[in-house]
Amino acid sequence: MAEPVLDTYIAEENLPYEFCPGCSHGKVLGALSDSLKQQGLDPTEVVIVTDIGCVGLSDKYFVTHAFHGLHGRAITYASGIKMQNPDLKVVVLIGDGGCGIGGHHLLNAARMNTDVAVLVFNNFNFGMTGGQHSVTTPMDSITPTTSLGSTDAPMDIAGTAKVNGGGFIARATAFDKDLPDMITKAMNHDGFSLIDIWELCTAYYVVRNDFGRKEMMGYMDSMNMESGMLQETERPSFQTSYKHMQTQASEQKPMSGLVLETKFSSDLDKPIRIVLAGAAGQKVVSAGNLLASAATLSGLWTSRRADFPITIQTGFSVAEVVISPEPVLYSGIIKPDVAVLIAPEGKAKIARLTKAMEETDTVYYAEGLGDADSAATQLPLNFPDSAKKELRKNISALAAGYLTKQLNLFPFEALKEAVRQIQKPKIAEINLGVLAHFEN
Amino acid sequence: MNNNRREMVDGAAAIARGALDAGCNFYAGYPITPASGILTHMLRELPKVGGIGLQGEDEISSIGHCIGAATSGATVFTASSGPGLSLYSENIGLAIMMEIPLVITISQRLGPSTGAATASAQGDIQFMRWCNSGGYPVIVLSPTNIPESYHLTKRAFKLAKRFRNPVFIATDKETVMTTESVAEAEMIDAPDWPEVPDEPVGKPLDPYQVNGTIHHYTGSSHTEEGHITKDPDIIAEFNERLKNKIESRVDEISLVKPDLDVGAETLILSYGVTARSMEAAVIQLRSLGEKVSALTVFSLWPIPEKKIQDCLKGVKRIIIPEMNHGQYRHEIQRLTNSDVDLVGVNRVDTFLITPEEIMEAYHG
Repeated sequence: MAEPVLDTYIAEENLPYEFCPGCSHGKVLGALSDSLKQQGLDPTEVVIVTDIGCVGLSDKYFVTHAFHGLHGRAITYASGIKMQNPDLKVVVLIGDGGCGIGGHHLLNAARMNTDVAVLVFNNFNFGMTGGQHSVTTPMDSITPTTSLGSTDAPMDIAGTAKVNGGGFIARATAFDKDLPDMITKAMNHDGFSLIDIWELCTAYYVVRNDFGRKEMMGYMDSMNMESGMLQETERPSFQTSYKHMQTQASEQKPMSGLVLETKFSSDLDKPIRIVLAGAAGQKVVSAGNLLASAATLSGLWTSRRADFPITIQTGFSVAEVVISPEPVLYSGIIKPDVAVLIAPEGKAKIARLTKAMEETDTVYYAEGLGDADSAATQLPLNFPDSAKKELRKNISALAAGYLTKQLNLFPFEALKEAVRQIQKPKIAEINLGVLAHFEN
Repeated sequence: MNNNRREMVDGAAAIARGALDAGCNFYAGYPITPASGILTHMLRELPKVGGIGLQGEDEISSIGHCIGAATSGATVFTASSGPGLSLYSENIGLAIMMEIPLVITISQRLGPSTGAATASAQGDIQFMRWCNSGGYPVIVLSPTNIPESYHLTKRAFKLAKRFRNPVFIATDKETVMTTESVAEAEMIDAPDWPEVPDEPVGKPLDPYQVNGTIHHYTGSSHTEEGHITKDPDIIAEFNERLKNKIESRVDEISLVKPDLDVGAETLILSYGVTARSMEAAVIQLRSLGEKVSALTVFSLWPIPEKKIQDCLKGVKRIIIPEMNHGQYRHEIQRLTNSDVDLVGVNRVDTFLITPEEIMEAYHG
């Protein structure tokens, strides 16, 4: 036992508690104060985070730091407080109501093993709002919202935290003499800890359901929800794991931009809007990047949008590239100057755009896609014969090469330079091989 | 400016870099297109600089972690889209009540609900302003392009600290997910905007610290020391202060870019990505000999009323293009005389508003 710093951590000027006569909350707060005394903590080392409900009145009774937030979210604040300042001891006081509305946070904090201690004031109903049923209300209970008896299976709060990886999980009652010791153990566990403390709500649940201390103990037995330690395992807390990750990450370079320096020139005198329309796996967006980067290397300005279904490995893949002698203001395309149809999925996807195109615009199409409903001039993608073997894997890079030759927007060398500057060496080697077909 | 060095960058990277350069050391967020790029960058970058980045189990948890971390002294940030803003909203009220400096990026997509995920939109402009119970003021900044995304993000952190309040960056799918070439210098050189003063307008946030001062942070009505109170006078004074700390400093927060043509009777007013179509339309209209003025609004909330009214002398018509049903137009209506004609150019069909549509509206 550490040297005591304070005799009590209760702000005595705020006593008596405003809880109902016989309510167990005061007992648990007393146990917490005794535990803090056992630990010899300075009040500035402790943050008490309270949820909403009668338990949410608790923060004012402590001389420590306190945080009182939204219903069900106490564990999220507590985790944030601890993550930023691991020197603080963070305790969450939450009811069965908070564990219902914030159940998601409870089980995820257990999974993350964030180093906070959660004390659940579990009195089987919503005391503050009139005794409505909560997630832990026993079956057949009478409450204002279950006037003929509740039919939902009660949630096992401690059990939930246990199966979701919580390191220190216990069940107790407000009447347990060793509650301060258990709280001390929970607070000293490196990782997530939770004590599901069963209590009596004398204003509502007790009187409506004839549920005294004896009945509560009987219910515990009948549900096979034994009190005591349920789980005590050591695994690295979030803080420990994250610190390790920070050490690893500190050796990596910070993010930086991809800067391209103008090396080539271009005669382009007005913006051109190009749409590449293919299918997933055809590296359409990558080809769009190559065109945009080559234009940038040639002193032009560009924007590149990508469009694909959320299931990215199937369906269409579309890249929209605007290339302009002036910085691009409007980056949308409702009528392309040039559309490239690489796969039926892409062709279908941009049908609205190709239909809007005029005679002076051009649609280039891969084999079999030459019947777009469009007034545009439609021309086949006439790749060099030697390139035929690339069609299956590298058709988009071929299309980028072909467009560069046909449209003469920037030197072909710029496209090759773009490959070298923006692509990983292995990919660049492949694509330089693809582009070589246009130079033989 | 060395115009020959150009960066290929998207808004997500620009916003993440802005946050990091502003000293952000805590990020929590939940994946959602079109804001996930920011999440990815922040979670990868923060541990490199000793910060913390995490993916919460939902948006509620994410913003909760941010608020908690801020009370321990972190400089916090989160990002989402309209659906996530719905889940943030109760905690945004908490952040206002606790006076937490909190930067939130909302990358707008077309709703309602899941909507046309994920097409660009500007439908959350009013939602950001009014998402908190009680309707307390927030600050909303809206970049029109990628360099502004970087610089306005940095500014958002300064404003959040100065006002101890949530500050939004209102952007959209187009700006966040489109890769563009931008002059490298534009990403580095600070724009010619007035500096945000460093000192807070009230008491600075004093975080929880071992051996520090004891603090109570609470979402209930409280005294300045954080003690819950039911005293009507104290509650009224506190709530008035929350309102006035921002609304009495509108002019300081106001940030607009006027491009006025002397004698023009038409002003086009826009914001966000749509302001770029406005700029393109204005260039074309002027090349045709038309007299037309333009006003880009960067600080959407609080409404920069004085700065807007300064641009209305002699204006008989205001054209307001925006990708919603006229959410900002209705605000401008309050600022104008009844003889000024307000014309909306609105699209909610997944497409950006084109310069041609704005020109058509001009020609009426």
